[in-house]
Amino acid sequence: MLTIDQATYDAIVAHARRDHPDEACGVVAGPEGSDRPERFVPMVNAAGSPTFYEFDSTELLQLYKEMDARDEEPVVVYHSHTATEAAPSRTDISLASEPNAHYVLVSTREHGNNEGPAEFRSFRIVDGEVTEEEVVVVAELPPAESPRREP
Amino acid sequence: MAIDVRIPTILRTYTDGAKAVTGDGSTLSALIDDLEGSHPGIKDRLIDNGDLRRFVNVYVNDEDVRFIGGLGAELADGDQVVVLPAVAGG
Repeated sequence: MLTIDQATYDAIVAHARRDHPDEACGVVAGPEGSDRPERFVPMVNAAGSPTFYEFDSTELLQLYKEMDARDEEPVVVYHSHTATEAAPSRTDISLASEPNAHYVLVSTREHGNNEGPAEFRSFRIVDGEVTEEEVVVVAELPPAESPRREP
Repeated sequence: MAIDVRIPTILRTYTDGAKAVTGDGSTLSALIDDLEGSHPGIKDRLIDNGDLRRFVNVYVNDEDVRFIGGLGAELADGDQVVVLPAVAGG
């Protein structure tokens, strides 16, 4: 299950609408092991394509160094589909490389750049196995428990 | 010669969970061969048909190796190598 706050949910959908008809992408970082998507980080789609996304390699390094310095990990990795359903494509599955992340897919196929409900779904992708999970949108994330760190 | 190599989550199965390991080599290619010796299987996840995999990024001291010679990129004692899978899809 993915628990995400309304503001972050809205920010992901807004990014997808803004970049339509190209795919939008980004992460929501959170403390390692916390499963809390706290810090919204929209990324540039270096592919600039309606059918593909890729983080720019220099920005990817900066992002991971920043998360490392803050003891964070990518809790959510999101991207949009602009002509198809909000479900992982074959390419998405073969390239997924964050086994701990929630892979969020947003589809803008219905309303494009305009307001209107967007499909918003979340999946785990581990070793080519895709499992859809429930998305729970809350007004605010509950207070953090005492920090848990991976050994 | 010691090269600090940062390992991404998905490849930590080859390093007993370690986030960073130490390797040896005067080029990236030699370093990867050295890592294969201590962490068998890792080379195949980095190299395909004799070249770096398209969706694996490797950086030497923050430079993407694709711009500094790829597998032939030269390494020196104390360099830091970071391996990051591309975040990409369709």
